[in-house]
Amino acid sequence: MTIDFASFTPAASLAGGVMIGIAALLLMRLHGRVMGISGILGGLVRPSSDGDAGWRVLFVFGALLGPLIVIHLLGRPVAVQPVADGLMLPAAGLLVGLGTAIGSGCTSGHGICGLARLSLRSAAAVGIFMCAAVITVYVIRHAS
Amino acid sequence: MVRSLTIILVGALFGAGLAVGGMLNPAKVAGFLDIFGVWDPSLAFVMGGGVVANLVGMRFLQRGRAPLFASSFRLPDATGIDRHLVGGAVLFGIGWGLGGLCPGPAISSLVLVPGDVALFVVMMLAGLFGGRVFMARRTG
Repeated sequence: MTIDFASFTPAASLAGGVMIGIAALLLMRLHGRVMGISGILGGLVRPSSDGDAGWRVLFVFGALLGPLIVIHLLGRPVAVQPVADGLMLPAAGLLVGLGTAIGSGCTSGHGICGLARLSLRSAAAVGIFMCAAVITVYVIRHAS
Repeated sequence: MVRSLTIILVGALFGAGLAVGGMLNPAKVAGFLDIFGVWDPSLAFVMGGGVVANLVGMRFLQRGRAPLFASSFRLPDATGIDRHLVGGAVLFGIGWGLGGLCPGPAISSLVLVPGDVALFVVMMLAGLFGGRVFMARRTG
């Protein structure tokens, strides 16, 4: 294993993580909701109860504003370098949607919220999707 | 009005945290997942910081009382580790590894690189719909 020190950003990543954790905490304490993005979006594309869409739309609107506020405050763009193109990108999107719906959560719901609640179910999900993602990147980068 | 505003602000804090932490950059995500190559462990700090902030905050704020703007806390009922959880997590992990995007960053980066991410998001929403239909049929 070699550490990529040139790309390593522990302070910024820790700060970003704390911001995400505080957002999850506030959504639960103020509105009683788990900050799981796949669940928030899933409740929009296929609602399970009436009159439940409003807060989801507002949250997504905020999530779109967030990066723009950061760019404005820092005065520089946020780095975005794609790793997939062609058919790989929509295929990845489909797998992410299907997997998070069937697996009842993603990095935010099982990760930030589930792990903080000390949920064994979420810990299992996080362990499994991390392993699957690491193996996928290994196959793409090193096995061919 | 105040209720709506707080939801937007919480969403903005989440999106800003993703941007500051490096989660919106698929190349950085792939670098984090590439533990057998030249590894960038940064995103472990995002997850660690997020979980600890949430966990510590939950301990400090009073438990038991209702949320400020809702009648009750809505927490998931399921606690078991079933085949849907395992299978779904595997599919999600493969998709995350392929595209370097999970659901939150996919949505938030729409404002940065709309053209590239839009197709991913459309397919992700289709997958969420399909997955929920599948789960509704399986579990009733």
